[in-house]
Amino acid sequence: MKYTFEMIVLGVGAFLALVGAGFAQDRLFGAHMWVLFFVLLGGTILLLQRIEFRPAIAGAAPRQSEYFDEVVKYGVIATVFWGVVGFLVGVVAALQLAFPDLNVEPWFNFGRVRPLHTSAVIFAFGGNALIATSFYVVQRTSRARLFGGNLGWFVFWGYQLFIVLAATGYLLGITQSREYAEPEWYVDLWLTIVWVAYLIAFLGTILVRKEPHIYVANWFYLAFIVTIAMLHIVNNLAVPVSFFGSKSYSAFSGVQDALTQWWYGHNAVGFFLTAGFLAMMYYFIPKQVNRPVYSYRLSIIHFWALIFMYIWAGPHHLHYTALPDWAQTLGMVFSVMLWMPSWGGMINGLMTLSGAWDKVRTDPIVRMMVMSVAFYGMATFEGPMMSIKTVNSLSHYTDWTIGHVHSGALGWNGLITFGAIYYLVPKLWNRERLYSMRMVNWHFWLATLGIVVYAAVMWVAGIQQGLMWREYDDQGFLVYSFAESVAAMFPYYVLRAAGGGLFLAGALLMAFNVTMTILGRVRDEAPILGATPLPQPAE
Amino acid sequence: METYTLMRHFADSWGLVAMMVFFLGVVAFIFRPGAKNAAHQAAFIPLKED
Repeated sequence: MKYTFEMIVLGVGAFLALVGAGFAQDRLFGAHMWVLFFVLLGGTILLLQRIEFRPAIAGAAPRQSEYFDEVVKYGVIATVFWGVVGFLVGVVAALQLAFPDLNVEPWFNFGRVRPLHTSAVIFAFGGNALIATSFYVVQRTSRARLFGGNLGWFVFWGYQLFIVLAATGYLLGITQSREYAEPEWYVDLWLTIVWVAYLIAFLGTILVRKEPHIYVANWFYLAFIVTIAMLHIVNNLAVPVSFFGSKSYSAFSGVQDALTQWWYGHNAVGFFLTAGFLAMMYYFIPKQVNRPVYSYRLSIIHFWALIFMYIWAGPHHLHYTALPDWAQTLGMVFSVMLWMPSWGGMINGLMTLSGAWDKVRTDPIVRMMVMSVAFYGMATFEGPMMSIKTVNSLSHYTDWTIGHVHSGALGWNGLITFGAIYYLVPKLWNRERLYSMRMVNWHFWLATLGIVVYAAVMWVAGIQQGLMWREYDDQGFLVYSFAESVAAMFPYYVLRAAGGGLFLAGALLMAFNVTMTILGRVRDEAPILGATPLPQPAE
Repeated sequence: METYTLMRHFADSWGLVAMMVFFLGVVAFIFRPGAKNAAHQAAFIPLKED
């Protein structure tokens, strides 16, 4: 293979990074450009090593299978890798809250580790899972090869570059301090380019499809890609101080800025962590249980209702702030209404198992998927409840919110992704089965137990915190100082780290299991009780 | 009129009506005669092949 064009682009990119480092207006931008320079230089050298000088044999064009699965394989490996990294950083951040001595100044203090954790799990783990599975699903359900030739590779490697720049930026101290949108303007511009390429590859595949109908999973993936593009661009509208500097100022100010940020923030949850992962649910659950989705028409209503309502729910992050009251109430009302499509989708996912419920007992992957949908239901019940103003006055700014986010993220996003990975790995690498099914079972229980410990502890911590903050004595004075409420959290923070540790242990088992499966090993183990296939009724 | 007020009035009148009509149209379309069979066919797309 010759990578002439790719090498030139990478080489020029490395040179431009060097120029950026030379003309840097501030120390941080300079440091970041050096990081970029070495990453691109490394990429160029790697490509140089892969050049084959043997003359290409005439007529021996590279064999093209029907589907472009190589990039999906890379995506699955990246998902597992970033997952383990993200969970590990999460456990470190949790321990830092319990034991402040673990704050290693300046690069690894909590303020920098926390966005590293959130971005690593949401964008690196979740994002890679979404890109990989969307490429896999759109090809199968369209019965067409991924559009755009090597565009898929650009999307994959471009996205990894974004992750590396975002992560190193946080540790260096470069941030625009917008939650879940911390990267500065130049990293945002790069992500925009990658995302447009992603849209072209995905939408192009749908346009050249051989299947007349667009399967519902693709609708969810498309809604996710389009909406994230819109959210990302609007929320990151900013003016850089210098084209060679890391600092920029938002185009919005005051409450408009806050609302734009939470319109982005909540829809990042709604379209990144919900719509995209629902697409995974609507493909991988039917595949794993070998049954069509319970009600296809319900899935279409689920889709439209979800996207019509989610987009309005953002203001519930700004209850009792300078945001106009009507906007707060609007956010609350739409959040409560969202409960309906969410549970419609949950019921649809769970009922897909009707007639095959025995698989929950015999197939740990199905068990993982079912638990994931159950957590989706729980989190989408808890969320609307917390958006009600009176509940929010107790829960806001407390650890209850953190518990809610994690029951959604670890339970719903985590478990459905693990299920999809366990489904994909034997398929992609042509293995008869996973290295070990019993390890999947262990992973299931470690993860579930970890989430339950985490969420339960954060409920207690959050409600205690909220009650301590609002406790008045008969003179009208606050009973507790803020520092007292922090000190009271210590046991909960230790337990939270323990719950996260269990979840991380499960992910490490998965990484081992996936690695062994890719290497083609099969663990000699007793089958799961009752896992022998039952005779299937004729269709 | 101020841009804010203009957009605000549009959002809670014609904008709201247009979106409601679209949404109800989608629901009506899903329950049109013959949709059940089409939906049944579509549900089997992922199970057809690998």
